[in-house]
Amino acid sequence: MTCRDAMFAALACGSIAAFASVADAAIVRVTISNIAYAPAKIAAHVGDTVEWDNKDFVVHTATARNGAWDVNLPAGKSGRVLLKKAGKIGYYCRFHPNMKGEIDVSAK
Amino acid sequence: MARFVSLAAGAVLLFAGGAAFAQSAKLTDPQIAHIAYTAGVVDIAAANQALKKTSNPQVKAFAEDMVRDHTSVNDKALALCKELGVTPEDNDTSKSIAKQGEEERAKLESLSGAAFDKAYAENEVKYHHMVNTALENTLIPNASNPKLKSLLETGLKIFKGHEEHAKTLAASLK
Ligand SMILES: [Cu+2]
Repeated sequence: MTCRDAMFAALACGSIAAFASVADAAIVRVTISNIAYAPAKIAAHVGDTVEWDNKDFVVHTATARNGAWDVNLPAGKSGRVLLKKAGKIGYYCRFHPNMKGEIDVSAK
Repeated sequence: MARFVSLAAGAVLLFAGGAAFAQSAKLTDPQIAHIAYTAGVVDIAAANQALKKTSNPQVKAFAEDMVRDHTSVNDKALALCKELGVTPEDNDTSKSIAKQGEEERAKLESLSGAAFDKAYAENEVKYHHMVNTALENTLIPNASNPKLKSLLETGLKIFKGHEEHAKTLAASLK
């Protein structure tokens, strides 16, 4: 095992331990590249966290249409939101409203 | 017929919505880079004027978005030109865009308050539409270098977002 592998293993174990207490909570990842959310539609459960990873060179947002959250996503950075309620929630980018996404949140 | 002749002559019609003009011969990558960069500079100048004149928070936020995004795209374009060893080359299309931008700012300068906000937002819709049409129909198809083409395509998506955002803003100011 190389030094890097060892570090990775340690980090991975660390995160597993961290999440063991929150039963079944998952992180659902959405990549932003080329001015689009991918995947644009995701399914998740209450208690899950959505993480957007902005790989573009411009700032984006993930802004819930119902006003529940507004995540600022600087270029090359990521941002998260914890899903608290079941239901379908549409979101978009305030700066580039041609960017659209949807999360189908089901009860636990 | 006139249209056929100009197309056959290889004329490239840009910015047909504003002061229409024709550029003979195919655009080169150094010219395309210069045109795209100039289009960004013009929108940044318009945004800076708006930031000085407006007291509407929505208009201010929009103008800040324009400065930030167009600066990012232009920085990216300059870095790409450097990487490719391309020197952006001034041309009639760039000159015309810059001149139209100046004229528009002179017009807007005489307005103030809500009248300025409305005119700025409406011009942003028109301007982005014009630039997007030029990117889609002329600049992207004529770009030879795949990296330049790809950056222009990303730019088009960003600016389409701006166009939509500007439309919403303009509609809210009526
Ligand atoms: Cu965006």
